[in-house]
Order: sequence, then C-alpha cells, then structure tokens
Amino acid sequence: MNDLAFQLLLALDASIRLAAPLMLCAMAGIFSERSGIVDISLEGKLLASAFVAAAVTAATGSVWVGLGAAMLSSMMLSVVHGFATITHRGDQVVSGLAINMLATGFTIVVGHAVFARGGQTPALTDNQRFGPITLPFADQLNAVPVLGPIYKELLSGHSLLVYMALIAVPMTAFVLYRSRFGLRLRAVGEVPEAVDTAGISVFWLRYRALMFGGLLCGIAGAYLSTASGAGFVREMSAGKGYIALAAVIFGNWQPFRALGACFMFGFLEAMTARLEGVDFPVVGVLPTQLMQALPYLLTVLLLAGFIGRPTPPAAIGQPYVK
Amino acid sequence: MKSFLFAAVTAAATAVAGVAFAGSHGNFKPAVIYDMGGKFDKSFNEGVYNGIKRFTDETGVEVMEFEVTNEAQREQAMRRMVQRGATVVLGVGFGQADAINAVAGDNPDVMFSIIDVNWLNQPNLRQYAFKEHEGSYLVGMIAANFSKSGTVGFVGGMDIPLIRAFECGYKQGAKAANGDIRLLGNMTGTTPAAWNDPAKGAELTRSQIDRGADVVYQAAGGTGVGVIQAAADAGKYSIGVDSNQNHMAPGSVLTSMLKRVDVAAYNTLKDAMDGNFDAGVYNLGLAENGVGWALDENNAALISDDMKAAVEAAAAGIISGDIVVHDYRADNTCPVE
Repeated sequence: MNDLAFQLLLALDASIRLAAPLMLCAMAGIFSERSGIVDISLEGKLLASAFVAAAVTAATGSVWVGLGAAMLSSMMLSVVHGFATITHRGDQVVSGLAINMLATGFTIVVGHAVFARGGQTPALTDNQRFGPITLPFADQLNAVPVLGPIYKELLSGHSLLVYMALIAVPMTAFVLYRSRFGLRLRAVGEVPEAVDTAGISVFWLRYRALMFGGLLCGIAGAYLSTASGAGFVREMSAGKGYIALAAVIFGNWQPFRALGACFMFGFLEAMTARLEGVDFPVVGVLPTQLMQALPYLLTVLLLAGFIGRPTPPAAIGQPYVK
Repeated sequence: MKSFLFAAVTAAATAVAGVAFAGSHGNFKPAVIYDMGGKFDKSFNEGVYNGIKRFTDETGVEVMEFEVTNEAQREQAMRRMVQRGATVVLGVGFGQADAINAVAGDNPDVMFSIIDVNWLNQPNLRQYAFKEHEGSYLVGMIAANFSKSGTVGFVGGMDIPLIRAFECGYKQGAKAANGDIRLLGNMTGTTPAAWNDPAKGAELTRSQIDRGADVVYQAAGGTGVGVIQAAADAGKYSIGVDSNQNHMAPGSVLTSMLKRVDVAAYNTLKDAMDGNFDAGVYNLGLAENGVGWALDENNAALISDDMKAAVEAAAAGIISGDIVVHDYRADNTCPVE
C-alpha cells in the first residue's frame, strides 16, 4: 500500500474520532427535533457533561461512574429545557441559549471553586479514561492486502465511546422508524393534535425524547473529557454542539444522512490539520485562516447549492397547547 | 508599521528611563490581576503566582489578587485595586494591555507593571517582554537532536505574531541541530477560543504523529494539555511551554521552554517595595535569564549529555551574539519554513 493511500486511511481514521461526538449529539438533536423541540442546547449539554464526567472521574477514580454522572447531568439539563419549553411553553431557542450560557458559566465557576486550577479539572491517569480497544485479530490480519490495514487502522483502536457512537446511529434509525415509540415521536413532531386525540400524552412523549437526547449528549461529553482528552478544560466543547445541529439540518433530520454530514465535518477537519503548510502546486501554501474557514465555507456552499430544500418536522418550535 | 513599532520599542528598551517612585514599607500595598487562565493554570499565570509567592514568603507582605474570568472584568478589577489603595498593580498577559494603559493614565501616582507587553507608553508603567524565540531555539535543538524519525512538529494556539515567534525560533533551532530535519506546524485557530481547545490540540498532534513527527512542541495555553496528552497516548514526545510542564506526563514531556514570568513578577514587587521602581520596557532573553529550558527528574533520562552540551553551547552562543535567532515579530517573516 503506497504512502499516500496510507495517509488517506489515517485521515479517515481521524475523521471517525472527530465525528464521534458529533454523531452522538446529532442523534440527540434528531430525537429532540423530531419530537418538535428545537434543541440548540446540545452545546451546553455537551460542555456540562464533559465537565461532570471529568470531575466525577477525578473524584471517584472510576471512569464508569463519571460516564453515568455525565449522562445524568445532561439528562437533567434536558429536563430543564423541557420544563421551560414543554410545560411552560417558553421559547425553545431562548431556553436552549440559556442552557448554553448556564453550562459555560457553571463549569468554570464550579471548576474554580472545587479544583482551583483555572477552570480545569485534574489530569486523569490512563486507567481513569476510556482507552483504545484493539478489535480481535487486528494485528494478525494486517498482512491481508488492502482490507487488513483498513481493519487495523480504520476500524480497530478506537475507544469504547466511539463504537457506542457508531452504534447510536442505527439504533436511532431503528427506534425512529421501527418502534411504536418512534412512530409516535415522529407524529408528535408533525401533528401533535393527532397524537393527543389518540389519547397519548404529547408532553410525556416530548420529555422522553429530550431525555433520550440528553443521554446521548452525556456520552459525547464523556468522550471529550475522558476518552479523547484527559480532563476538562473550560469551553472545551468548542462549538461541536452547533456543528452537530448543522449536521442534523444537513441530514434533513434523518439519522443516516446526518451521519454522513458528521463524517464530512470530521473529514474536513482532519484534512485541515493535514494540509496546513503544505505547498500546493500553482497556489502555493494556503494561509491558516483560509484552511480553517474551509469546512464552514463548504457548509455554506453545500447548503446553498447541493442539498435540496430541508423539510423540518412540521410542528417544530411550536409549544403544544391543549 | 510593525517593524517601525519594533524599532521604537527596542529604542525605548535601551533607554529605560522614567519616573522614580519613592517606596516606603508603611503604605506599600501590591496587587496582581491574573488573567483568564486563573492562577493555577499550570502554565503562564501559575508562573506569575510562583513569583508572587516567593515575594510574600521573603518579605511577609500580603499581595491583593484577583482572577478575571471574563474580559470585561480586567479594567474594573484594576480600578478596584487602585481604590483599595494599591500602590503597585501588576497585570498579567497582553490581554490586559488596553485596560492597564487606561488605568495607568488615570492614576499617575500608582505604579503599574505588565507582562508580555512592550508597546505602551506611560510614565508610570513598566513593561516586560520575553525573547521567546531564543528559548524556543534551544528546545528546537533538543527536539531535533532527540528525534529518531527526523520529523518534529509545532502546535500553536491562536495565530498571532507572538506564537509565530515561538514557532520560528523552534524551527531555527531544529534546523541548526539537524539540517535535514522535516518541520511540521499547525495553528489551532484564529480566535481566542484557540487557547482552550485541547481536543483540537490533540487531533493536530495526532495528525503530525501520523505524518511522522515524534516530538511536538506546543505554545497553546489550555490547548497544550491536549498536545501533551496525545503525544503521551501515542508513546511519542512533547515539549511544554511557559512553566515547567515536565511533570504533566513524566517521561513523555521531553523538556519545557521556560518563560520566567515569575522573575518579572518578583522583580516588579521587590523594586517597588525598595523604591527602585522605574518605568520602561524590559526585554528578557537568555542573557537576562528570562527564558530557558527545563531539566528535572521527570526528563533527566531523556536528555543525554551530548544534547545537554550542545544546548548549553548554543545558549552561550546566543548570549555572546555569535548566534542570532531571528525574531518573527521584527518583520513578520521566518527564515526557516
């Protein structure tokens, strides 16, 4: 296998790592938005759960307890979002924004107060993190041409949470399209009156959808601080929640199309890192600023030109009044 | 414009003049405003804290302090310190330049000092700048001497001339130690968010390791935590910055480029207390012991005697002027790509 192909393989491998938190957040967004609730609080939930995962893991020494606490905290924020927007019919964007601001401030203040490290949590040791998992026979199969390296470099060697992200996508699709809960969930995002008429609680359905999303965001947060990183740093979510939301819209609120969008964002970021400072023929070395704006420029271009008109759930953004 | 500024600054530095302040122990009240990272950031601010702590331990004088958590607090905090009777106020980091310029202008009787700034002009303001390119040159030599793959990398935080100066010094040092060395460089971003993105820092590091790098130097604030982590995870090596970060992943952090902000902080308060405070610009390089590299029990096994000798020879050469390390900030170009 030649060097260029191998580098491309490593870039694809990086795309999976970078896309994993996006995938989890995007699936969370799909659950929430398909039920009719706009969820820009993905970012805040991601940040808060990253903090909780790192803080609890540092305090207890168990990464599993940290993961559980992260999922719980993110679900609690979902319930807050639901309480404001479902029960009290507040504006969904405003509530989401409030949660994002709350998460930013809360993580820094509590981090300062508890750990006194400028908002960081203590660095985690290797056994306090989700380490890489080598899939069976990865090394033995490496000799097989083409498929061997693909198996070893691309599929094997990720952390457990990456595999959970990869499983979350078909699972979301299954729940959405093949289960009774999913049918009702989609209905409640389109025509909540019909669901209500059938004697099913619109409120409870939407709460469940949000909580499910919170759970997935919690895993994504734990991935940031206890798998990909080794501790929390202030504002470490760095806009990934918003990118995931863009992926949801890109993917037209469908799990597999959103997965594709997440991969595209991941791949573009991986390529940005690799192409910086590379001397291209004709144009020469591109400025850092341009390289880093490229994923976003492409997003605008693709949204404007290549993706058809998005069809959001019909009842999205509207509080349900009985 | 930039080169004019720089020329003006160096001219100012050679003629350190200004107002002498009478210091008396009775009403001496020092204050320090830490910046966004917080005083225990394991890096820049903690360096200042160490200097302040040394001052307090030696003199018994308590120092008023404040940690800003958002940008709007900087000027408020400085004014508040002056109201509380501070006689000398130390600002930390170039982010506080505008705030200290305004507050120092309004309070000519109070002494001010700031670290990482050299372009202001107030008669009661002392400014400390560091020759980061000199320290980076030394760690660049260490990186190139240590590298087995012949490729070394750099990960910067926000893409600004200061960080380019780190990168440029590092690359010059690496090239000097090994003419065939392959150099990789990435910047995390172009906004202040780039100082706090360890996930991106880790990813950039992994991308450099994928491309063959086995030593990665970082000058990226909180993002650097991710660089050190990613290098340790991959069984490769990283280089710390500002404070001694060798302890963050013992055995994987090859060395750290030290920026002696603790010396600047200590000297400010000590001079103010003893009545030796003067305004002007202090440019601290290797000769002034303002920058250096870290050798302690965490990395002793990694640094061979030959490497140590080579670095010490280079340091002596820089001090004597035999080796001139180009400063990126002088003309916004780097002789080494």
